[in-house]
Amino acid sequence: MVNLFAMFLLTMLMITAIAIVRTRDLFVAVMLTGIFSLLMSAIFFILDAADVALTEAAIGAGITTVLFLGALALTADRERTVPYSRWLPGIVVAITTLIVIYATFDKPRLGDPMAPVHQHVAPWYLEKTPELIGIPNVVTAVLGSFRGYDTMGELIVIFTACIGVLFLLGGTNGKGIQPRSNESEALDVTLSHHVIPRVVGRLLIPFIVLFGLYVQFHGEFGPGGGFQAGSIIAAGIILYSLLEGEQLAFAALPRWTLMAMAAGGAILYGAVGIAGIAMGGNFLDYSVLTNDPVLGQQIGILIIEAGVGITVCGALLAIFHAINARVRG
Amino acid sequence: MYYVVSIAILVTMALALVRALRGPSVYDRVLAVNVFGTKTVLLLSVVAFLYGRPDFLDLALAYALINFIGVLAVLLYFQRRSMNRASGHKSAD
Amino acid sequence: MDVFDIISWVLFVSGGAFVFIGGLGAIRLPNFYTRLHAASLTDSMGTILILTAIMFQAGWSLATLKLITILGFLMLTGPTATYALANAALLSGMKPGKPDPDEES
Repeated sequence: MVNLFAMFLLTMLMITAIAIVRTRDLFVAVMLTGIFSLLMSAIFFILDAADVALTEAAIGAGITTVLFLGALALTADRERTVPYSRWLPGIVVAITTLIVIYATFDKPRLGDPMAPVHQHVAPWYLEKTPELIGIPNVVTAVLGSFRGYDTMGELIVIFTACIGVLFLLGGTNGKGIQPRSNESEALDVTLSHHVIPRVVGRLLIPFIVLFGLYVQFHGEFGPGGGFQAGSIIAAGIILYSLLEGEQLAFAALPRWTLMAMAAGGAILYGAVGIAGIAMGGNFLDYSVLTNDPVLGQQIGILIIEAGVGITVCGALLAIFHAINARVRG
Repeated sequence: MYYVVSIAILVTMALALVRALRGPSVYDRVLAVNVFGTKTVLLLSVVAFLYGRPDFLDLALAYALINFIGVLAVLLYFQRRSMNRASGHKSAD
Repeated sequence: MDVFDIISWVLFVSGGAFVFIGGLGAIRLPNFYTRLHAASLTDSMGTILILTAIMFQAGWSLATLKLITILGFLMLTGPTATYALANAALLSGMKPGKPDPDEES
């Protein structure tokens, strides 16, 4: 029965994807991308992958839509027509799809216990997590401790993306992202003269930040962790910036704070790794951080998740401000 | 018991999708996205209890908060676009 | 089936009916404002009924507290989003009371 739900949602996903490709109006495409992300999150949830669903919910529906709309305000409204014919790419995509569908005939059934993915490392993780790390959420244990190198790589990738965007959009006079100058303040549009959204929004912001902190520290027991928490807190601060304007948002969190956050989280992660070496173990070996290895693992995971959350929040806010600070013209 | 409600919510999501695809004006599509968002929150809550895992309610809570931010961002975009049009900026084609 | 199950059944069925009626209204009604009206009212009512039904199933636990929080947030943000959307549509010149022309914009 639940498989029927998943199939229904996947059919809606296909219809949305086809509509996104076929439409020429870019705003419609952005709205349909929001629906696409909501559907993806529901599908992940039905497949019992709660951490991924939470990340998709936090980043896809809120922040990606905001960034796309900020970029869309700077460009044209409709897609340009292309001079070449579209039949050749269509045929290539169709052939590739048929090959991929043929390749899935060899796939094991969903949830098959004899599948290779359930045979080698996965049972070891499931067995050893209570004894070596002692936290209930195995996803966080694998992410934070067993595969700590990969997570550090992900974090450096996010930081690199942030500085890449800032290089592209950071302003022409070398001073980086700035709030808009005074003569273009007329274009600094906010929702500040709409009383009702402003009151309700400002009421919600502390709860959003608090919920982000809850998700951050609850990541060891339930779905959550650094990536989700960073995006939720960034979404709350973006809400503040939408409601009150760029000037006040920069007064609350100035540019150097965002840079410090984006870099500081990655440095914190590396520092935990080096602390592991300094205390006699390997790089990113948390067991040596305290006398009790299990407690050391938990403290290590806590600190690196904090690092991840700080960097993600700083990076997303820096990208948001960089896109919003460009004047169209 | 949860299945009945899940089916109702899924059907409504499909109807909202039709409105998002068809809606003649942009506001119809924003309406559809808003409806979709709140229905997703309800679907997540119901399916969390269907699976017997009440600690998945965090996702529904996150979505309830994030959906609002998306709608407000859309409205700010409309305001900015109409101001751009009013002050006569050319399209950056 | 004890009393809580019966109450939950009733609330679930009526909540599902409200949600479905809202979706039907969003498709069939002729104008944007009428669709907005249908979608937002049935949204609020359906949310209250369905979440209360789940609360009866969950009993006195942390899950009920989280459900009350979700209900509070949805009640706060749903009507605000509807107001903001209607305001934006009105300020951009969409006139209430006229059925939609049948064309893409």
